[in-house]
Amino acid sequence: MLSYLINGISLGSVYAIIALGYTMVYGIAKMLNFAHGDVIMVGGYMAYITSSYLGLPYGVAILISIAVCTLLGIFIEKLAYKPLRSATSLAVLITAIGVSYFLQNAALLIWSSNPKAFPNMVNFGTLELGNIRITSASIITFLSCVVIMVALTLFTNKTKMGKAMKAVSEDKGAAQLMGINVNATISLTFAIGSGLAAIAGVLLCSSYPNLTPTTGSMPGIKAFTAAVFGGIGSIPGAMLGGIILGIIEILSKAYISTELSDAIVFAVLIVILIVKPTGLLGKKVTEKV
Amino acid sequence: MKKKLLSLLLTGAMVLSLAACGATAESDQAANDSAAAETETAETEEETETAATDSADGAVTGTLKLGFIGPITGAAGQYGSLANYGAQIAVEELNALGTGLTIEYQPEDDVHDAETSVNAYNTLKDWNVQAIVGCVTTTPCIAVASEAYSDRVFMLTPSASSPKVTADRDNVYQVCFSDPNQGSKSAEYISENNLATKVAIIYNNADAYSTGIYQTFVSEAEARGLEVVSTTTFTDDTTDFSVQVTDAKNAGAELVFLPIYYQPASLILSEMDKQGYEATVFGVDGMDGILGIEGFDTSLAEGVMLLTPFAADATDDATVSFVKKFNEKAGETPSQFAADAYDAVYTIVDALNAYAAKNGAFDVTDLSAEELCDILINTISSDDFSVDGLTGAGMKWNASGEVNKSPKAVIIKDGVYVGM
Repeated sequence: MLSYLINGISLGSVYAIIALGYTMVYGIAKMLNFAHGDVIMVGGYMAYITSSYLGLPYGVAILISIAVCTLLGIFIEKLAYKPLRSATSLAVLITAIGVSYFLQNAALLIWSSNPKAFPNMVNFGTLELGNIRITSASIITFLSCVVIMVALTLFTNKTKMGKAMKAVSEDKGAAQLMGINVNATISLTFAIGSGLAAIAGVLLCSSYPNLTPTTGSMPGIKAFTAAVFGGIGSIPGAMLGGIILGIIEILSKAYISTELSDAIVFAVLIVILIVKPTGLLGKKVTEKV
Repeated sequence: MKKKLLSLLLTGAMVLSLAACGATAESDQAANDSAAAETETAETEEETETAATDSADGAVTGTLKLGFIGPITGAAGQYGSLANYGAQIAVEELNALGTGLTIEYQPEDDVHDAETSVNAYNTLKDWNVQAIVGCVTTTPCIAVASEAYSDRVFMLTPSASSPKVTADRDNVYQVCFSDPNQGSKSAEYISENNLATKVAIIYNNADAYSTGIYQTFVSEAEARGLEVVSTTTFTDDTTDFSVQVTDAKNAGAELVFLPIYYQPASLILSEMDKQGYEATVFGVDGMDGILGIEGFDTSLAEGVMLLTPFAADATDDATVSFVKKFNEKAGETPSQFAADAYDAVYTIVDALNAYAAKNGAFDVTDLSAEELCDILINTISSDDFSVDGLTGAGMKWNASGEVNKSPKAVIIKDGVYVGM
């Protein structure tokens, strides 16, 4: 039981770290960036290429991967989402799905569909407590999750840029009138979100060492669920939602059925949304008409 | 959620179209990378009458029009293109023997699509094809097989492994193991070699190939007194195998049977390593290729056993020579698809020779596809006909078209496949 719980937390922290990226972009730009999962995949490939082909040390590889994904995020935003700033949210959503497929197929062209085994970049041994083994990858994923969550919360609440983000998320027009550069702020949001995606990619692939062009899509969907579960837009909510989702998934696999685990996960989501439509930690926002 | 639906639909469609090609699908990557080192031992470049040519002096003469159907391009292009090369090598070798038999070979591309495949078949019919090596993948093969059945054209598929390909059609034969066969052969091998008494199984129950092997494995294992202590499943998108491995570990299984493709298998191996679980791992032909995964830490696969029809780094003369020729022609290492197609061509020619040996020499040029079909069916399914090929020694066929050959088991030692 305890080992299942630990497995659940370690899977959950992978979801949580991806969910943080989702929630960040949603919280500020009010759009669902469905391409997030695929930016994770690109992050994984960048880290793989720089470390395996160019032989750079893992630390450098991870930094390069973060840098590339950050630029990619800004680029995607400028190219695909910015022209649609005043379009309906459905149009933006469809565009995001388009970007997602574009990234997947581009990766398919460049790196082919053959799976690559990702090296464990955060391997510092295994912690053994009696019968229970916890890998360093799990511990580091969990810790980075907490650190990122705290850092993001501080950033959005305490810094000038962070406050600008909150202002933009509440009312773009008013924020602009107050002298906030809306475009730059949204770009920054995407930059941070995509940088997080690169970290998530490295940690995801270190725990589950299989890199293909579709690596990011299923974890992306699960993490999106986690973000909704915890209350989309809420940073601690994403973390909480991710961890709970991971635990539910592992426990339902272990005690109910391996086939139905996904169904159970999504069923829980539906129940939560019926009972508490804003998610666990989501705030109720009253829209003024 | 829209995307979820969409992706589910798409994956569904993909699974439906691909899952069926079972046994050999995906393992094409098989030995791609692994055998390069071995080829230098191919120095012994004597005339290569390779395995399958036990043909005497070739009492068959004339010109045989042999067609090939497979996905030479497209999503499953790897399978068909390599099989095509394999068949071409066999044709070239046979023509070079100068026995009076000339093979005219025409490959047609079906891009792994049933409709295109039937069109390809019709093109071959217009060309007056006499026998067909194909199709390479299961779904197109089923479509073409029913056409060929009513037209009485003989088909020998290198790699379409589903029993549905041969069911109720006397004119279709397989070179590869059928899916159910692999399961029972694996159980047989495990019990005869006393590899374990407590067995865990992890299989993909979203996949016909995996499920088919699982079912026959279990019934054969029970018959042989193997105890299946843990059975867990997963689906196509699974990346987290902690539950499955924990279950097998807690049940005290000495051997984990993985009737799955190499990609999830690599994740299971890494999870076993994480949990410090040391058990024998036994796979089937889908496991072939695990060493070819780019960046894979081969020490994880140390001691993994698998049942496979063909290992490109085997050191017998026939394989070494085939691998060398294949490398020259295609620029890569042959997969088992290539070897299966190579064997298919030899099997057809061997059958003609065997018929000639019994009934006297004959000229194949003017025989209709229908006449040839009867000859081939009678010869190939007869008890005294067998072929020693790259993918198995003493291959025999029953009247339902399934091959019976002893599987080759290989074990991974120091990062290479070693025969057992």
